[in-house]
Amino acid sequence: ANMKLIFIFSALIGASLCLETFVGHQVLRIKTKNEEEVKQLQLLESLEHLELDFWINPSAPALPVDVRIPAASVQSVKAFLESQGIEYSILIEDLQDVLDKEKEDMAESAQRQRSSSFDFGAYHTLDDINSELDHLASEYSFVEKIQIGESYEKRPLYVLKFSTGGSNRPAIWLDAGIHSREWVTQASALWIANKIASDYGTDASITSLLDKMDLFLLPVANPDGFVYTHTSNRMWRKTRSKIPGSICVGVDPNRNWDAGFGGPGASNKPCSDSYHGPSANSEVEVRSVVDFIKNHGNFKAFLTLHSYSQLLMYPYGYKCTRPDDYAELESLGRAAANSIRSLYGTTFQVGTICKTIYQASGGSIDWSYDNGIKYSFAFELRDTGRYGFLLPANQIIPAARETWLGLKKIMEHVRD
Amino acid sequence: QDIDDVGHKYYLELELEDVLDKGRTVNCTAEVLYHLGSQSTAPEVQVTVQGELSSTEEADKEFYNRIRSLEKELVAENIPDSHGNVPSELEPIHLLAWAASGYVIWQNSTENTKFHLAQVKHMKQVKRSDEDLQFDYVLLLHEMVSQEVIPWELTVLWHPRRGARV
Repeated sequence: ANMKLIFIFSALIGASLCLETFVGHQVLRIKTKNEEEVKQLQLLESLEHLELDFWINPSAPALPVDVRIPAASVQSVKAFLESQGIEYSILIEDLQDVLDKEKEDMAESAQRQRSSSFDFGAYHTLDDINSELDHLASEYSFVEKIQIGESYEKRPLYVLKFSTGGSNRPAIWLDAGIHSREWVTQASALWIANKIASDYGTDASITSLLDKMDLFLLPVANPDGFVYTHTSNRMWRKTRSKIPGSICVGVDPNRNWDAGFGGPGASNKPCSDSYHGPSANSEVEVRSVVDFIKNHGNFKAFLTLHSYSQLLMYPYGYKCTRPDDYAELESLGRAAANSIRSLYGTTFQVGTICKTIYQASGGSIDWSYDNGIKYSFAFELRDTGRYGFLLPANQIIPAARETWLGLKKIMEHVRD
Repeated sequence: QDIDDVGHKYYLELELEDVLDKGRTVNCTAEVLYHLGSQSTAPEVQVTVQGELSSTEEADKEFYNRIRSLEKELVAENIPDSHGNVPSELEPIHLLAWAASGYVIWQNSTENTKFHLAQVKHMKQVKRSDEDLQFDYVLLLHEMVSQEVIPWELTVLWHPRRGARV
């Protein structure tokens, strides 16, 4: 009986063509139950003109046998197996489909490698971030990387300047990563930088914004702390400055600004994570920004990114009274929060720092506001505590997208 | 509500959402009493859940059996890792830490604190001769007001029927 069936195969296979593709080829997994069945398969294997390609050869009953079968023989091999009561399953229905998909995937991946070297949906080291800043500056004529100072450990403080012309145009300030453990902020700042650069000229709002105003973006306001979160302590918040008379290191850079400095909501203990420092602007990271903004003299907005809690706040933090521009800031804040929510439903609470989070003195937006920059806002990005500082990388781009909508709302208002 | 000579009482209406099945919510009400002046007693809490919490019997059993059948005691650290990842087989360890941190947070909360679990720094399983599973944790708790990240050592006993004890 076997010989007759095999004779039939041979006849069929004789008619097969010289195949260049694997269209219609199937890969079967055959489960043999005993030595007899193994012998049957070995017999099949010996028939070279069937052109069966065994990926796992028949050897012992306990092991599966995988075989690629050319299209023309598929039906007959299956008929043979069934007639012998040999069990099999189909591993691959059409091998060519699998190969085509694989080729596609590889082409896509190569394409991605060529066009963008930076994955905005992942967390990066300081060096990688600085490389990307160089890349953006070189790719766009209106983007320039400038250095506004150095950190305590002598790392450059790099700011991206977005300017399409003019001379000292009214400007918007945006910083991220002043608290180094808040990784989603530095990551979002990069995405936002790329978004603004690539959308200028095509997006009406960004185009009109940059045609009237300049934007200064500091993506890593605390590079020493940031490096420390990579090398030593992921939960580090402060700068890395040595404090005279203490074994503890670092000052909370958002308690170090000259706004109600040393008041409630900041600690005078060097080992505290909210230590305000020996004096206002003692931290070079803070002083550099203060000097830059003062020297520029024409900033209209000061925006800063933190995480986590999903809040959109305006002054004051050092005192619990409302700022003079309360009504306008509250209404603008609400509009921005609504824009944020429109994308993924993420809700941000709006209010003064003191009312919304806690009383905190020496904060950056209190300083900027009291120095004439009306539109001063601090964002606390995702999430609300589930992952906290350790926000999974797959949430970076959604967080950046929604935050950008809020920032845009504010910037548009400032522009108009 | 300020209660003279006793403390401050808060009346809350809460919505609980199942972390593993978003969209599934249960309402509950709670009364929390913070005692006056006392930094060392935990606030008194009364909770009423309106509705039912879903059964986790199968998943509990599967986890219990998996851990019991391990040859070496399970050890893990940094959950989630720096990038927010949690390997799927460690997810129950993460969730158990979450529940245990709830207890620690309750025991250490005042009207001026706001705690979250920041990370499971370290976890070591300790094999026991009785039926409980034992996990020795070092948790990092983030306190929002002071911004401190505080390491906390705790031992958690867990059993599918008896639940978690810290």
